[in-house]
Amino acid sequence: MADPMKIRATVKDGGADVRVLMAHEMESGQRRDAAGKLVPAWHITEVVAALNGKPVLKALWGPAISKSPFLGFRIRGAQAGDVVTISWVDNRGDKRSDEVKVV
Amino acid sequence: MNPSRRTGLRATGSLGLYATLAALGLFEGRPVSAQTFNATLFQAKNLNELIRMLGGASAANSKEILITAPDIAENGAVVPVTVRSQLPRTEQISLLVEKNPDPLAATFQLLEGVEPDLRMNVKMAQSCDVIALVKADGRFFVARREVKVTIGGCGA
Repeated sequence: MADPMKIRATVKDGGADVRVLMAHEMESGQRRDAAGKLVPAWHITEVVAALNGKPVLKALWGPAISKSPFLGFRIRGAQAGDVVTISWVDNRGDKRSDEVKVV
Repeated sequence: MNPSRRTGLRATGSLGLYATLAALGLFEGRPVSAQTFNATLFQAKNLNELIRMLGGASAANSKEILITAPDIAENGAVVPVTVRSQLPRTEQISLLVEKNPDPLAATFQLLEGVEPDLRMNVKMAQSCDVIALVKADGRFFVARREVKVTIGGCGA
């Protein structure tokens, strides 16, 4: 399983500011190895963010998202103590889910 | 108690549930093909064709969509981009990089509570426009911003 995400969720202007760093290679599928063979694409395809278990944001990603992906967004009305969960799935079927409390 | 009022509330309740489920992509047959990861969209090479497939063929240019990105990106492998939409009822934001081998970088469905203000890092193969295609209140809008790239990010 992939390394854990780093998630920060802080109260700001009547909502939560969420910043996520995921650990993933995000191999583009355009790169060639030393032998000149294309390295197959390997990237996160779906990301879901949930507030207290209820999905608020759903993302579909191609390999053009940078390595070690960063995602920043804001959730209206979220308060300190609410739980933000981030989950991703990649094109090899690997997945990861982490959660953090809004502070 | 007024019985018609009760019925009305029940009807609203079930409509709300349907809307939520539909937003989660549990109902088939919606024209938005970007509900689950769709390789066809992410492997589309032709920009206009891709925008058409996303449903934005007749998207109007909008000044209500703000794209923030560096004028010059030294490293095409990591280009920070912010897309903010001030259009009411923004429900979907797609980010395209005009001259990438596969232009579609990401599509976001905004469900209840998330503000149309997203920050991410993308790879750019060369200098070109970054395009935000936004669906708001059932209609599509588009905005562009040019980014010059010093070293392309294809190999990343």
